[in-house]
Amino acid sequence: MSVDEMTTTSESLPAILDNLREIVGADSVLSSHEQLLVYECDGFVIEKNTPDCVVFPETTEQVVAIVKLCNQHQIPFVPRGAGTSLAGGCLPVGGGVMIALTRMRGIHEVNLRDRYAVVGPGTVNVHLTQHLKGTGFHYAPDPSSQGACTIGGNVATNSGGPHTLKYGVTVNHILGAEVVLPDGEVVQLGGYLAESPGYDLTGLFVGSEGTFGVCTKVIVRLTRDPAAYRTMLGVFETVSDATQSISGIIGAGIIPAALELMDQGIIEAVEAAFGFGFPLDAGAVLLIEVDGLEVAVDNEAKQIVELCEQHGAREVRKADSPQQRDLLWKCRKKAFGAIGRLSPSYCTQDGVVPRTKLPEILKFITESGARHDIRIVNVFHAGDGNIHPILLFDERDSEQVERVLRASDEILNRCIELGGSVTGEHGIGVEKISFMNKLFTAEDLETMESVRIAFNPLGLCSPQKMLPTAGACGMEHIERSHPARKAAL
Amino acid sequence: MANDQHPMNTKSTGNLGAKIEYEKYLDCVHCGLCTAACPTYLETGDENKSPRGRIYLMRAVTDGRLELTSEVRENLELCLDCRACETACPSGVQYGRLIEPFRMDVEQSDAAAGGKPSWFQKRILHGLLPDRKKTRRALIPARIMQTLRLDRVIESVGLVRLLPEKLQRMFKQLPRLEPRSPELPERLPAIGPKRATVGLFLGCVADAMFRQTHWATARVLQQNGCEVVIPRNQACCGAMHYHSGADRPALQLALQNAAAFDEAEVDAVVVNVAGCGAMLKDYPEIAHEIAPNDTAIADPLGKLTDKIKDISEFLSELGPIAPTGEIKLRATYHDACHLCHAQQIREQPRELLKLIPGLELIPLPESEICCGAAGSYNLTEPEMSDRLAKRKYGNIMLTDPQAVITANAGCSLQIQAEMRQQRQRIPVFHPIDLLDMSYRGVSPV
Repeated sequence: MSVDEMTTTSESLPAILDNLREIVGADSVLSSHEQLLVYECDGFVIEKNTPDCVVFPETTEQVVAIVKLCNQHQIPFVPRGAGTSLAGGCLPVGGGVMIALTRMRGIHEVNLRDRYAVVGPGTVNVHLTQHLKGTGFHYAPDPSSQGACTIGGNVATNSGGPHTLKYGVTVNHILGAEVVLPDGEVVQLGGYLAESPGYDLTGLFVGSEGTFGVCTKVIVRLTRDPAAYRTMLGVFETVSDATQSISGIIGAGIIPAALELMDQGIIEAVEAAFGFGFPLDAGAVLLIEVDGLEVAVDNEAKQIVELCEQHGAREVRKADSPQQRDLLWKCRKKAFGAIGRLSPSYCTQDGVVPRTKLPEILKFITESGARHDIRIVNVFHAGDGNIHPILLFDERDSEQVERVLRASDEILNRCIELGGSVTGEHGIGVEKISFMNKLFTAEDLETMESVRIAFNPLGLCSPQKMLPTAGACGMEHIERSHPARKAAL
Repeated sequence: MANDQHPMNTKSTGNLGAKIEYEKYLDCVHCGLCTAACPTYLETGDENKSPRGRIYLMRAVTDGRLELTSEVRENLELCLDCRACETACPSGVQYGRLIEPFRMDVEQSDAAAGGKPSWFQKRILHGLLPDRKKTRRALIPARIMQTLRLDRVIESVGLVRLLPEKLQRMFKQLPRLEPRSPELPERLPAIGPKRATVGLFLGCVADAMFRQTHWATARVLQQNGCEVVIPRNQACCGAMHYHSGADRPALQLALQNAAAFDEAEVDAVVVNVAGCGAMLKDYPEIAHEIAPNDTAIADPLGKLTDKIKDISEFLSELGPIAPTGEIKLRATYHDACHLCHAQQIREQPRELLKLIPGLELIPLPESEICCGAAGSYNLTEPEMSDRLAKRKYGNIMLTDPQAVITANAGCSLQIQAEMRQQRQRIPVFHPIDLLDMSYRGVSPV
């Protein structure tokens, strides 16, 4: 079905609104222009479109009723959590009904002995962390947006975070889910056990960016808190020395809990903001954390220091107190906020390369910046080759904006050429849909499309996301006018 | 809020938002990290009631994309101005410096369009509360009633319902008033070797209802080697005026305070109410918005603001002398928004409390989420205020405390009122109340 056929809501809207109010109550439906405006975009602000209405269900039954109503009237619908997507995952393409899951945020069950918890999709990631504090367990995926993003959104985008290097991404921590399929049927995927027989439908669902249905409950795995950790800061003359050290550390068989790189530009901004005492003349620093048993971490830390020194580290400092560790992490997690000190606007890209290609892509980024006369700084999850080059510019200068777009595309294309990808953790959404046919063959895409059709045959659920569907509204051809300015990574 | 009070409801927006430096909007990159820190978003899940949403709305109105309709207005009015979003924001957005001047514009354009302030604004918010002598006198009947236990009779037979709704709420908020303590003198000497000369800021409502805490603060300062100066000509901080649109009167009060403490020649001006402290520290920003480039205003206010210290902040910088009196109490500490978010003071009060022998401090879940007091918010937005009070109460009870500690008069009133509603007899203390008792070797019970 084409989007033209789907966007017929204007005629049927008044009747649907009445039905929706019956389902969730009048207080839980937004339909006026001024109430819908804030829902026209998420953390990705380049494409905008308001939904026809926003509903706030509180139970699975209400979600089912909403989805069935949408099917009955052939109206598109899109789930939304906290709206922190950096790729337009929550953009209501074609308008329709936006299902806000923010009121389904109950922590239904915590079972420490079997190491799982059952939560609503609207549960904020950090609220689960806080709820588990003191139990000796935690939910491992910790995207830098964890203070606001929801578990449901994490499931949709298969989120990462600094600690995914050792602990894995979201899919490794989801045991099961209750899902309302795009036709309104409720299914249970997976369960409470670590291994379920049959197809791994949970694994298929995680990362489907809302195109396979609306998740209404999530069973998450709980991980034991590490007994001890050591946090270090490696100081390097050049970015290349730092990236060589990363390969050296991983090559030696050590998997740090986190391995983050900040280059000189970021060091300058972070130092001005937090005053940690970073050396301003260093080419790059590595934030390295190891965790595990008390007896093991010192040995690993010692090896890391030696490896860094072998690769030309000027010095390796250790965070001596919990306060110093917290400050170090604050510098990293809030690095993007500090960028305001360097430039009025910025745009962050999210690319991946094989770890061994890090020196190469970083060199390319520097060259690309010089070629387009755009200053680019770097802070990223170095351990898994997930780069986040930050392009600095002034959005009021349209010519500069053009150069930023060109440099961004060049960098992402280079990531693909080096055997990588155009998204490490933000998802495809609508932002990167045009890269899909560079990443995959037509056959690959057809196969993915057939999987989508199995779940979502009418395409009403999260239309025009992730896959560049042939003959559709042509989202893939939309030219971007402004680069995204993103903070949370 | 009733729509009839707002003549501007459906009219064109004029130059609303003109007081805001537009660059401050651009600091927001729309990442949404503020949302889960916002109490009203936590309660509703509606982005229109989140900081990111409100910035979007204000900017849309300023840009002329949206009119200030009653729905937009409601969403902006529901903001507590607790500034938890500023703590959460990685981009350093100064949310307070967006919503406050925007509200000021709204209030003033309402007035210009012929809207009159309500009797409540005129008589109570502006006329009575900011004047500590008047408030104190107004409380005399309440004191007498409480002494005779008439207040309980009035409440139990339902007579309180005859009062206008806002006065009913004020009645319910009224704490058990302490026996009248005398006015503080103009000067109290340091005990032991003198380490500093400090001014003590009294405020308005606080001095009428919590004078015992002012005495406690003065004694604690004396114990720590400070000579305490209490200028008679100091005034209310002006927050209530400013937040209800009366910017010039607020500025007048600010200048009066600057003059009073300048004359007193003190090393620091100590404040024990978080809300007043935040306002006093914001004077230069506010002056800049109201009267840009006026050095006759900016200079004295800047000089005062440099000296403003919360009592816990001041003592922690000075190096507190540890008290020795044991207080065996299991307590929990609630972070007042205007201390933890507006002033970024979190550890200092906890450190002071840890000095008290016997006091056990249990961490409070969601300690940084607003209790719903938020200045006069509990009077203007009763429904949300009550929801947040219940949320706070639930979290407090999880800690099974014998006492609650918080460093702001508004929070104290709100939590005490909720305790009474729930028929609990858990007392609420200012950290300095307990510190003072420990120095004096007296027990709180």
